[in-house]
Amino acid sequence: MEQHVRSDHPVLSLGLRKRLAPYLLSFPGGLWLLVFFLVPLVAILSVSLQTGNPIKGYALTWHFSEYVDAVRTYHAQFVRSFIYGSISTVLSLVLMYPIAYWIAFYGGRHKSTYLLLVLLPFFVSFLIRTLAWQFILADQGIVLGTLKSWHFLPQSLHVLSTPYAVVAGLTYNELPFMALPIYVALEKIDPSVIEAAADLYANRTQRFLRVILPLSSAGVYAGILLIFVTNTGDYVSASLLGGPSTTMIGNIIQTQYLENSNYPMASALSTILMAAMLIGMYLYARTFGTRSIEEFV
Amino acid sequence: MSAVATRAEDRPIAAERAAAPRKRRRRGRKGGLLTVYFWLMMIYTVVPIVFMIIYGFNRAPAERVTFAWQGFTLEWYKHLFDLSDLTAALITSLEIAVLSGLIATALGTPMALAMSRYRYRGRGATDLVVFTDIAAPSVVVGASLLSFFILLNIPRGFGTILITHVAFNIAFVVVTVRARLAGVDTSLEEAAQDLGATPWVTFWRVTLPLLMPGVISAFLLSFALSIDDFIITSFVNGQTLTFPLWIWGAVKVGIPPQVFVMGTLIFVGGVLIAVANVVASRRQRVQTIAVNAPTRVPREG
Repeated sequence: MEQHVRSDHPVLSLGLRKRLAPYLLSFPGGLWLLVFFLVPLVAILSVSLQTGNPIKGYALTWHFSEYVDAVRTYHAQFVRSFIYGSISTVLSLVLMYPIAYWIAFYGGRHKSTYLLLVLLPFFVSFLIRTLAWQFILADQGIVLGTLKSWHFLPQSLHVLSTPYAVVAGLTYNELPFMALPIYVALEKIDPSVIEAAADLYANRTQRFLRVILPLSSAGVYAGILLIFVTNTGDYVSASLLGGPSTTMIGNIIQTQYLENSNYPMASALSTILMAAMLIGMYLYARTFGTRSIEEFV
Repeated sequence: MSAVATRAEDRPIAAERAAAPRKRRRRGRKGGLLTVYFWLMMIYTVVPIVFMIIYGFNRAPAERVTFAWQGFTLEWYKHLFDLSDLTAALITSLEIAVLSGLIATALGTPMALAMSRYRYRGRGATDLVVFTDIAAPSVVVGASLLSFFILLNIPRGFGTILITHVAFNIAFVVVTVRARLAGVDTSLEEAAQDLGATPWVTFWRVTLPLLMPGVISAFLLSFALSIDDFIITSFVNGQTLTFPLWIWGAVKVGIPPQVFVMGTLIFVGGVLIAVANVVASRRQRVQTIAVNAPTRVPREG
């Protein structure tokens, strides 16, 4: 890649230099994002409107038929992905809010250490983590095998290949991403606001519902957005922990692209997924602003 | 003593402070239930990690991880690098993580500086692109880059993986460095300029040293995101294999125990670096607070 060296311009006046500075500073990175992030997003739209095959090549024909086919063939996977994405997002919120709350209000001197504990899974490759769950939840694995041998569970019971396993895997993988933004939001709350609520005779529940929860909502929304997007597009959990009945849209895109080389179809599917996410993100940005998420990542 | 902790201790409300002993017991009990929950969740969180560490020590006659415990062995640590293609994949991953981390930090830091220190046309748009880059689903990012490379007939391999990793890391660098910049007082830079330092000198001698913790965290975050990325990489890798891609390929035939050992070593290394970072930032915070007591509290995390 070309390297853009930022040079000083002694000839330029100070005022001009000051006006140019932000452009010079953001030019190399901005160019990279433009070429290798934004342009490809447009490219995928173009591929989805092409017809042809890998041998003869493709031509842009503006056929929207791929979209019709995509929706007709794979609507079940789309719906399933959104359902799994939603459930795992809600679950991680419910599981991690108390964790973030505890660290923020009861963490005392060791907050950083507790945060590090929450982040521990991030130090293990997520493929290895998911594989570990595959071993642990296997039919004759340490949990089910033991319970079955004690006759607590029927021999026919499976966890792997069920929607439960996939949702559990999705939830587990993103837990820290939920805890972090909520923690940051809670940590910012000025204690005097809570004191004021107490002085005004708000009890514990009221203080939480009317003061703490609303003040941490930006963190909650940031977590929800990040996890929902990641989990809806994921295909690793569905591949390793699920079965044929739990295929998600990510699996379909991956197979169409990398195994069937059906680029127009795969691009149409990706475009639909991206469009759905962009609409969601746009609504999010309109409501909460883009800062709210960036502050928390 | 960290400032944050002081804040937490200030928390008992006025009425509670009056009746300190009795109330404290109540508070403790309330925290107690949550405390139990916290530790239960932490146990759940570490289950797969513990599994990985333990099964790196399991005897495996077929050289594949099996669930049955066959006895303790250090064999896999001794023969860690025996599978040459696995080792090559790990090395590729490390190279890409370091290079993409360095490039992304070099490109993202000036961007963060521009976005937080200047008002200019296009800032909002840049902001939106950074936001989308972070929030876009991996599978779409990967698929779109693959389309792009196919359209331009660019052969996939090490180069395309590197380009891709830089592209998704830049956004995280911008966000991390900008968070740090928000906590850096501009008065020091102004003082340097008043004393006749050129913008260039001010940047290298004042701004950058103040920014350094943010820049280092940004690099570490990039490194971690890069070495763990699977979905995006799986689209643009061509014939080149990274560590996660190699594991994915091995799933069908069985995972050699060396994978778990490498995972364990990466885990231990990562935790050590993170602990060092926590200790360093705590020490720095103490210094900051000692030097300028009433300034704003630096944010954690």
